[in-house]
Amino acid sequence: MPIVMDADRVGRSLMRIAHEILERNRGADKLALIGIRARGVPLAERLAANLKTAGGYDVPTGTLDITLYRDDLMKHQVGPQPILRRTDIPFSIDGRTILLVDDVLYTGRTIRAALDALIDFGRPNAIQLVVLVDRGHRELPIRADYVGRNVPTSRQQSVQVRLLEIDGRDEVEVDEVEGAS
Amino acid sequence: MTVATRLRSRHLLGIADLDPGEIELILDTAVAMKEIGTRTIKKVPALRGRTVVNLFFEASTRTRLSFELAEKRLSADTMGITTAGSSVTKGETLADTARTLEAMSPDLIVIRHAASGSPHLLSTICKAGIVNAGDGTHEHPTQALLDALTMRERKGRLAGLKVAIVGDLLHSRVLRSNVLLLTRMGAEVRACGPATLIPLGLKALGVHVTTSIDEAVKDADVVMMLRVQHERMYGLFLPSLREYFNLFGLTPARLAHAASDVIVMHPGPMNRGVEIDSAVADGPWSVILDQVANGVAVRMAVLYLLAGEELT
Amino acid sequence: MMAQATTAHVLKGGRVVDPRAGRDGHFDIRIENGLVAAIGKNLPLDEARVVDVPADFVITPGLIDMHVHLREPGQEHKETIATGTWSAVVGGFTGVACMPNTDPVNDSASVTQFILKRAADAGFARVYPIGAVSLGSMGDQMTEMGDLRAAGCVAFTDDGKPVATALLMRRALEYAGMFDVPIIEHCEDPSLKGDGVAHEGAVAALLGLRGIPGVAESIMAERDISLAELTGGRIHVAHMSARQTMRAVRDGKSRGVRVTCEVAPHHFTLTDEALREGAGYNTNLKMNPPLREEADRLAMIEGLRDGSVDIISTDHAPHHADEKALEFDRAPFGIVGLETCVPLCLDRLVHAGVISLSRFVELLSSNPASLLKILGGTISVGAPADLTVLAPDAPVTIRTATLVSKSKNSPFDGWSLRGATAATIVGGRVLYANPAVTDAARFVIT
Repeated sequence: MPIVMDADRVGRSLMRIAHEILERNRGADKLALIGIRARGVPLAERLAANLKTAGGYDVPTGTLDITLYRDDLMKHQVGPQPILRRTDIPFSIDGRTILLVDDVLYTGRTIRAALDALIDFGRPNAIQLVVLVDRGHRELPIRADYVGRNVPTSRQQSVQVRLLEIDGRDEVEVDEVEGAS
Repeated sequence: MTVATRLRSRHLLGIADLDPGEIELILDTAVAMKEIGTRTIKKVPALRGRTVVNLFFEASTRTRLSFELAEKRLSADTMGITTAGSSVTKGETLADTARTLEAMSPDLIVIRHAASGSPHLLSTICKAGIVNAGDGTHEHPTQALLDALTMRERKGRLAGLKVAIVGDLLHSRVLRSNVLLLTRMGAEVRACGPATLIPLGLKALGVHVTTSIDEAVKDADVVMMLRVQHERMYGLFLPSLREYFNLFGLTPARLAHAASDVIVMHPGPMNRGVEIDSAVADGPWSVILDQVANGVAVRMAVLYLLAGEELT
Repeated sequence: MMAQATTAHVLKGGRVVDPRAGRDGHFDIRIENGLVAAIGKNLPLDEARVVDVPADFVITPGLIDMHVHLREPGQEHKETIATGTWSAVVGGFTGVACMPNTDPVNDSASVTQFILKRAADAGFARVYPIGAVSLGSMGDQMTEMGDLRAAGCVAFTDDGKPVATALLMRRALEYAGMFDVPIIEHCEDPSLKGDGVAHEGAVAALLGLRGIPGVAESIMAERDISLAELTGGRIHVAHMSARQTMRAVRDGKSRGVRVTCEVAPHHFTLTDEALREGAGYNTNLKMNPPLREEADRLAMIEGLRDGSVDIISTDHAPHHADEKALEFDRAPFGIVGLETCVPLCLDRLVHAGVISLSRFVELLSSNPASLLKILGGTISVGAPADLTVLAPDAPVTIRTATLVSKSKNSPFDGWSLRGATAATIVGGRVLYANPAVTDAARFVIT
């Protein structure tokens, strides 16, 4: 199946995004990065490192688990509850510009949950969205501010992001899924 | 041991029904839940639209409040029924009360009852998931889970911990649940109390049983004191509370023989000067207030995990 | 008096097991006018209607359950004399002795007469009332045992609780001795029993149930055996459950004390481990004395094997479903037993090789008849034809919903066993032929 981003391209995209962030926000003094579990977390950490390299900024980084805000949680679905992981935002988000980081932007429902969660932590000045891949098919009025690569897909396909920290290598693969809805 | 990804049962009737992987799952989930209590807005929408009934047939302040807070932090709709003023005092049976509640379609029922096995009876009648908040002298599973969370936080592990549990072993549901949980997770449990308050068959649960508090406390990583009730004197269990304190009360001198970083736990409410010296209860060893905070997180975890299971 | 009394019948070819008569083999039995007219090989058939008994069926003297709670008068929502004696017949019993803890207590001749009248009206199993030792079974004033005996009582007991004091037990043994009837004792030290609800042991500890130690039973048995030794009276230990009690009874017997004992099927088929099964706390496993541990169950089996146990009785204790649908602490003690006894005994004792069929008949017929000095216990010419027909190899699956007792509180639901009652004959009348047993319909005489 096609690899749409290899390790090199992932790395270059993240550096480009870091520069875009600095340009758009005129620096990074009031920024904070919050990665959505699971793969948004290492992406946020890499962006923090890139912001340091590119502009010398120390941008605080946090971790968000959106499980308790999922809009399918209240349905009586068959099967177990999603595993809950720890949310860790060791700084106040009040008055900051939050860069919310995730691997794939698809329906927008995860981002909706993340926005709800963030609002419970305080009142940021602004929230900007960073994704490595935008695969389309939005179900909510949500768009990304920074995109690594736009990858046109069908709903029958799945997009698999693999990252060194979790999966042992960096790549983005598009798969055909049999009988997917 | 691998952490489970779900609970096998729709109910939490006792630790007896949980395997080590499920216990780890609840504790890990509780760690995540605990963070919610540190936020400005201490509420998540996880159980929005779910109904939880708190059915308390026995006086309880801390457990009932702890469950209520857990439910509210998860955005569940809660109803409380306590014995005073309810139809229970008018002679209605538990089975009929359960059927009446069932007609209101609750998702979860939290029950505290003086008769052992009452949650089990409820689970055979109701479609809702049942959470045992303490049944008679049987089990108090969420207490054992919050105790385990506290120990794991302080000691980094449960396996291999030396845990002394001291007090009224016969009537304590906290003891039973803790023994089942701790032995399952590989801790070494010493149970200590007067010979009149040691149930036959306790040894069979894999516990070292002793009537010497010094033996129990020696090198212990954790000392857990159980409440002794005044009425035990009338069942010919104890000659006096004064003598009980002399023989079994936890004092700084006795605690000196425990591990240097020992922690002291108590499920509350405490009888100062009966089972525990105030100097111990208020001393640096005491993690009694951690237990209270962890109680809410553990109950949130249990409610969250059980609420995911299909209603049949 | 009997519907078919004028016609002679011959039960031809079944295996007759009657240890008291020294009989175990294939015999014909001729029944005339409700009585046994003849028993022997190849009896002449002249005019008689013939029942061809399948060769693997066993005919025994009518089984007698000497420990039954019929609940009437006073608790007819649990059982009546009619439903209870019908349950007995369906279970293979031709006679039952009923306990006096009714409301009012059977402590006067008028209650005894009422019971006998109701039993005769029902016309199912024979009923032998047992009178109370003390008025209201309150442990104070002795009942008029002479009057009760004359009215039909066959023994005395304060069952449901022990005879309250050693002094009262002494006097009862002495006084009942005048009529040569036994005192039946519910052995239990009340202070040791306390508010216990289950056997004191590992299972109760785990389930958080208040315990009743085995010695609560044996201590009282030891008291009573000592008093029987002192007085020369006859003591019968009811529903024995604890290994310590078995030992006390054996000791008493070896000293020549007139002590006998009975065991109920649940105490040799179940242990307290059953309380952990399923959701746990099944109140149909709550009885007094409680289900004990494996060592106790094995002691009951050993006593049955070596002859130390005299009698099997069911302690049939019906309770309404609503009364059992309570918290374990609050539910009443007791289970029904009449309809499950025969399959349990055949499967778990006879087929398991613990006892012979002949010993089965002693435990369930000859010995209770001898102890209570009542009719039956053997098949003798000229005596009423009370017979039980067994199909020892017939498969049985117990379904509590189909029990004919008014109450269904049995823990044996769904048990598959080998051995059934095929037919029950009381006074020459075939009152019951088991529709689930092949060829049992041959006993339906029209």
